[in-house]
Amino acid sequence: MPPPALASRLPAIGCVALATVYGVAFLAAESQAAVGALLALAAAAIALAARAGLLETVRASIGANPATFDVAAVTGVLAAAAWLHHQHFAILMMTTAMLLAVAALGLTVQFGFAGVVNFAGAAFLGIGCYTAAIVTKYTALPALLTLPLGGLAAALIGSILILPVLRTRGHYAALVTIAFGILFKTFLEVNDALGGPQGMQVKPIVLLGWNLSKPIHLGTFTVSFYFSYLLLALALLALCFVLVRRLERSWIGLSLDAIRLDEVASACYGLDIARWKVLAFTLGNVLAGCAGAVYGHVLGFIAPNNFTFADSLVLVSIVLLGGIGNVWGATVAAAFVVILPEKLQIIQEYRFALYAALVILILLFRPQGLLPRPLRAYLPGWTPKSP
Amino acid sequence: MTETMTATMTTATTDPLLACAGLVCRFGGLVALDRVDLAVREGEIVGLIGPNGSGKTTLFNVVTGIYAADGGTIAFAGADITGARPQAVYRAGITRTFQRSRMCLPLSVFDNIMVGNHKRLDHGLVFNLLRRAAFAAELRRNWDEAAELVAVFNPQLAARLDEPAARLAMIDRRRVEICRALISRPRLLLLDEPSAGMTHEETRELMDDILVVRERMSGLTIVIIEHEMGVIERITDRCVVLNYGRKISEGKFAQIAADRQVQEAYLGVA
Repeated sequence: MPPPALASRLPAIGCVALATVYGVAFLAAESQAAVGALLALAAAAIALAARAGLLETVRASIGANPATFDVAAVTGVLAAAAWLHHQHFAILMMTTAMLLAVAALGLTVQFGFAGVVNFAGAAFLGIGCYTAAIVTKYTALPALLTLPLGGLAAALIGSILILPVLRTRGHYAALVTIAFGILFKTFLEVNDALGGPQGMQVKPIVLLGWNLSKPIHLGTFTVSFYFSYLLLALALLALCFVLVRRLERSWIGLSLDAIRLDEVASACYGLDIARWKVLAFTLGNVLAGCAGAVYGHVLGFIAPNNFTFADSLVLVSIVLLGGIGNVWGATVAAAFVVILPEKLQIIQEYRFALYAALVILILLFRPQGLLPRPLRAYLPGWTPKSP
Repeated sequence: MTETMTATMTTATTDPLLACAGLVCRFGGLVALDRVDLAVREGEIVGLIGPNGSGKTTLFNVVTGIYAADGGTIAFAGADITGARPQAVYRAGITRTFQRSRMCLPLSVFDNIMVGNHKRLDHGLVFNLLRRAAFAAELRRNWDEAAELVAVFNPQLAARLDEPAARLAMIDRRRVEICRALISRPRLLLLDEPSAGMTHEETRELMDDILVVRERMSGLTIVIIEHEMGVIERITDRCVVLNYGRKISEGKFAQIAADRQVQEAYLGVA
């Protein structure tokens, strides 16, 4: 018998281990038949686990041991990456998923917490990408600086939107951000200094003479040239994840929820509506901008067509799919939305149609998302009751 | 009890805690408040009554800064708060409940109460994100305080702070809303028809609770809008009657109940 502390952790660790093995198998699957079989296997396994009450066990275990689960999740990603180290495409997909997860966390702060809609997520991702391109092209600044600069640029450009977003509600606020996204893309297309419709090259990050875009050779062992970016993306995701989760589990998170749910009552209890909306909107944009900066380096070449309205919708669909306001939900859903269409080639052509259909289905049948947001657990180890 | 009485007596001779003079509020052509004067002394419970649409809730909304007054002045504890934003009114020490329940149902009971504690919580980014040990200490302190306050109303409710507010029965939701209004230790509490949607028995229970809380928070002043005359008679020191936005009578319940004008306007006696 393991000691009780370990026993309570086993379901959480086991769940991550299974997910890791499955993720590796899925990413490495070559034939469409294998991909289809793996999907069917996952659906069956989840259904069986739900019937056997295993999902509840895992949930309780994660709730009681959040730190163990966090460490296990990071280890899981690292283990999967190590396993697939030479497969460029698999590593690229994992990196992309993690960067979109960071942007989705930004949207979670804006939309999930404060209720500020943002249908221009891809534009803020794009601001980060273009910042990376401009900084590496025109300045001699260390390339790693593009990360905070991307976030800063997104915050500054986003501040143009603050007034209209504060003054409008619901559909109108959505329209304002949609208009901004389209404006941003058009601005890139007509601006020759930014490469126009052809786009721009983003030079790789060079860290102490080490080019992150070069494959790593360790003796006879070769690691994908995306691998360094995967590590960077993982570090950024972990940092943003902890930040957003702490934000949620604080008085600030409470204030954001309160203004989303009832502005009048919040005002009568001293909450400054504008202040909290500006904070949430800006913080969300910073996250998208930082993710964008890394994404730019990963892509190596960026064009206005990478940042269309459809791409913004993908980000929104990640948040809806994961469960509005659920930080783990957004992270898991990002992996789902990025990787699934790449592996299932049948649906690749129709990916946007699929997202749209998925969003409609979710809104109709499970508006709280796949992983509904639990009550606020201010301190680790609190197991809040489900709503 | 004695504390409350001394508080009442010492302030009885000084300026009123809340003094509204000549308040006017118009919605287009409709005059919702027509030169209303209202003075509330510290420690008093004042009943605000009148038929539907007579301007009672509008008066609360103007005092709390949700609507701007079109004329007149509002002074609270000697300071002019005319035209102040709701946030400033709250910080000055006035809190309120709403006629229709305005709770954040997806949040926990504790979260709902803490919304009302905004001015006593540290909202700094560094404190909330980085100094987690200090945050945990502040959290525990507030948890205990909320549990203690809720227990005055319903001891069982104190054990349900971590449940979603949506799960509570109507009377418990009202209790939580009143706790949300009381947790920041206001000097003036505005209750907008707390009995709405509750049975007679529940209303009686809730009023008892309110009286107990007032005993504990010495000097707490209450203005209550209420349609149940039994409630008004039992708990108020004084009543103010509005009709068509005008104050038509003022005095002890027995006095206003005997007032011919009030009977015609409100109590349904021709």
